Amino acid sequence: MSWLTRMFSSTIGQKLIVALTGLFLCTFLVVHMTGNLQLFKDDHGMSFNMYSVFMTTNPLIKTVSYILYFSILFHAFKGLHLAYKNMKARPVGYAVVNGKANSHWTSRYMGILGTIILVFIVVHMNDFWAEYKFGHIPYVQYTENLESGEITAKPYADEAGNPKSIANKAEETIVSINGVDHKITITKDLYAEVAETFKNPLLVALYLISMFAIGFHLYHGFQSGFQTLGLNHPRYNPAIQFLSTWVFAIIIPAGFAAMPLYFLLIK
Amino acid sequence: MSGNMNLTLKVWRQKNKDDRGKFETYPVQHISPDMSFLEMFDVLNERLINEGKDPVAFDHDCREGICGMCSMFINGRPHGPLQGVTTCQLHMRSFKNGDTIVVEPWRASAFPVIKDLAVDRSAFDRIISAGGFISVNTGNAQDANSIPIPKDDADAAFAAATCIGCGACVAACKNASAMLFVSAKVSQFALLPQGQAERQERVLNMVAQMDAEGFGSCTNTGACEAECPKGISLSNIARMNRDYIGAQLSVQKA
Repeated sequence: MSWLTRMFSSTIGQKLIVALTGLFLCTFLVVHMTGNLQLFKDDHGMSFNMYSVFMTTNPLIKTVSYILYFSILFHAFKGLHLAYKNMKARPVGYAVVNGKANSHWTSRYMGILGTIILVFIVVHMNDFWAEYKFGHIPYVQYTENLESGEITAKPYADEAGNPKSIANKAEETIVSINGVDHKITITKDLYAEVAETFKNPLLVALYLISMFAIGFHLYHGFQSGFQTLGLNHPRYNPAIQFLSTWVFAIIIPAGFAAMPLYFLLIK
Repeated sequence: MSGNMNLTLKVWRQKNKDDRGKFETYPVQHISPDMSFLEMFDVLNERLINEGKDPVAFDHDCREGICGMCSMFINGRPHGPLQGVTTCQLHMRSFKNGDTIVVEPWRASAFPVIKDLAVDRSAFDRIISAGGFISVNTGNAQDANSIPIPKDDADAAFAAATCIGCGACVAACKNASAMLFVSAKVSQFALLPQGQAERQERVLNMVAQMDAEGFGSCTNTGACEAECPKGISLSNIARMNRDYIGAQLSVQKA
């Protein structure tokens, strides 16, 4: 056995995989949440749709997204595998366990919270990622007045009203209408897909439950990852704890939860 | 005597490691609040012996809270409801008249039950044999101050060295992980100059032995630290993680 396999087959090495992939997924959540805040912009979804084009065509983002998919799989598989092995380390359980006397409940239910999140990721990627890549998302045509900045949107269709599509993910042309330059943008309307999907109250409920699960999972998970890496010191522990609680357990899940609620209740 | 208590004990009885085992209920009367938890078991066992029954087997030795032999899981917590206390130093004044107390052995595949409440903790001994020592020539002790050691390091090493190896960390951990014990035994040498020569080899070998014994992995719940009768800190686990990863990446022996 090489030293590498030996290291990553030890309990500490396996935890290291879970910690590194987990912390990488945390950085993804920051990007994903801030990027998706464009859903709240009042421009018929133009900036969100153009952001979607950028995120699915930029070579660097595409590379990172494949690392991301592998990280999700590794994190979930390793986490569940370790949870199974840990259960086998105590084949006969206790009749009475007073867990709340010595630990926070989130730390004891990471496997269950993680499983909820895994189910959510499958549903979520099926709703949007698969739909965007392989589904039939209609195209939208934006006309932006380059002098006033006013944006109008209409479905991209032929004269009979049948939806048309383009070969690329987005096309931009500058035309002059009545002597004023206008930018015509044609792109896939993921924004409309999002708005449509979040009209379903049951699905919104699933999203909200999942955001609670992510919040509780990260409340323990973010700071736990640093401990596994051996980073535990009074100098920076308060900063890690602050990020764990405020950014990863509260702000990020709340930001994500606001999106389906916005489309269900306000839009 | 006034103030004495009548209690109901639900005690795990198991003939040997292959027996399935089950709970037996024993009412105990006139228990003084000044008795230790183990003295209450002495009273129960005396009665069982007089009745011609098999007394409850449990581990104990110094009864001063320093040897690490006692090992009861009391009402869902190792060493009972108090913090920083072993079972032998737990007194019956921590309970109320009429209480039902559930007493179980440490539960871990690496700690098989020998009988009743006594479990085999020799897995810890094998982890120590794998590297929990320093190799020195015997002879006269060195002059105390011949190797200067910063006070903070000496204090942290001493705090780690207070681990009595009772196994409460394993018992409390939902994963039956031995990380707090092993990390204390790694840290007490990692912090001192005398421990440096074998530092990398020690952590690699002790972790390998820990895994071989079938202890679970650490999910940083902190239950071990909260239940440890000696207050061993989770920072030791972080130090061991650091040392282990560092040793894997830099050990001279390929």
